[in-house]
Amino acid sequence: MNAPVKNYRTYEETIHRNGRIWMIAAIIITQGVPLAISLYFGVWPPLGKLIAGLLPTMMVFWPIAIIEVITYTPMLGSGGSYLGFVTGNLSNLKVPAAISAMQQAGVEPSTKEGEIISTLAIGASSLVTNVVLVTGVLMMSYLLPILESPALKPAFANLLPALFGALGVVFISRNWKISIAPLVLMIGLFVAIPTLPVGILIPAGAIVSIGVARILYTRKLV
Amino acid sequence: MADIRNSPFMFALGAFIALFVTVQSLVFIINAWKEGTRLGISAATMKKALIGSSVFSVVPSIAILLAVLTLAGALGLPLPWIRLSVVGAITYELPAAETAAQAFGTSIKNSITDPTVFSAIAWAMSLGSVFAMILITLFTKRIQSGIHKAQLKDTAWAGLLISAMFMGLISAFLGSSLAGGLISILTLLSSAAVMALFGLLIKKAGLAKLENFAMPVSMIAGMTVAALYSLASKGGSL
Repeated sequence: MNAPVKNYRTYEETIHRNGRIWMIAAIIITQGVPLAISLYFGVWPPLGKLIAGLLPTMMVFWPIAIIEVITYTPMLGSGGSYLGFVTGNLSNLKVPAAISAMQQAGVEPSTKEGEIISTLAIGASSLVTNVVLVTGVLMMSYLLPILESPALKPAFANLLPALFGALGVVFISRNWKISIAPLVLMIGLFVAIPTLPVGILIPAGAIVSIGVARILYTRKLV
Repeated sequence: MADIRNSPFMFALGAFIALFVTVQSLVFIINAWKEGTRLGISAATMKKALIGSSVFSVVPSIAILLAVLTLAGALGLPLPWIRLSVVGAITYELPAAETAAQAFGTSIKNSITDPTVFSAIAWAMSLGSVFAMILITLFTKRIQSGIHKAQLKDTAWAGLLISAMFMGLISAFLGSSLAGGLISILTLLSSAAVMALFGLLIKKAGLAKLENFAMPVSMIAGMTVAALYSLASKGGSL
């Protein structure tokens, strides 16, 4: 009875070693994309402006990354995490794919069997996304003149209100109590000064809504 | 300088990333399959997991493709393709691109033809999403060896915290969109209305299958309204 346990330990050891190697390679390759652009085209954005453009979203998304890692890693297992966090689209695709595969196979997350089924599911899911994207991008590359046509310009120019109108409905309906204060503040600010840069206001909006959420939470109102 | 967004070099970078993701997925599948066989999981069960997950992933993947399409106007095809093949999700990539563009005095409302701004956006998208990968490299082993200890003590607050942080971001962009003029407001309201309709259909009519399409279809509906309205206001007939 000792053999399978020993084997699993071996797999567990290898999965962390291999997983880390793949993850480091993925970090190098993903950061290699902008590096390659800068090197090949000889364009280097001024550091100060780049940091100014990067900070606002980083302040929101880096804390979210911590929470995602802690929440999803036990669900996805080791192999699933090393693969899923590279291929991305976790909450909208990889996590539900892994969970439904484990349910159908009748295995639990964070067991040996769950680890295997989850890794297989995330692997298959990543391959399918890749095939769909490659096919779609190839097809769309023939449609580029249409995408660049003047009639579609206003459509692309309004990408942001299109995303945030829909996203607003999702988050407001999920938790309207914590959304009122930041919304009122931001709408007021922008109506008063329409040219304000969004970047500076993202952290302000986040601080206000986290503060309100904490107050409501400690008073058990949410 | 020529427009680099859709240059062959960018497509080559995209192909390289797609190849990397494919190889990594195959290696992980093969290793998991071998270990599953050792553990005595039947080949049928594992095959079912592979096929089931593939079928499950088709529709969400088309949704991701539509997200690539929405970004293509400003950033060309290859960069959004690269970003949504690895790590990315539209909810992160779009705000990251816009705040980076604004730092350079422009906006992704316009086509990003300036190579410096384009490269800055590529840097911002890539650097902004590297943190989770660093955390996974450093901490997965530790989290997995003590799963119960590492799980968040207060999951209700953690969920609320994520919502609150997103709400900060959303409120800032909503405010700026509402101040962006009539077309911007119309777009926002149309996309919100379509999303609300999806919400009703999913919750009240039990059409959970629609969930994956809610976001891209709402966005494209909003963008279509913007295109139609500007066409109509220019006096052009359809």
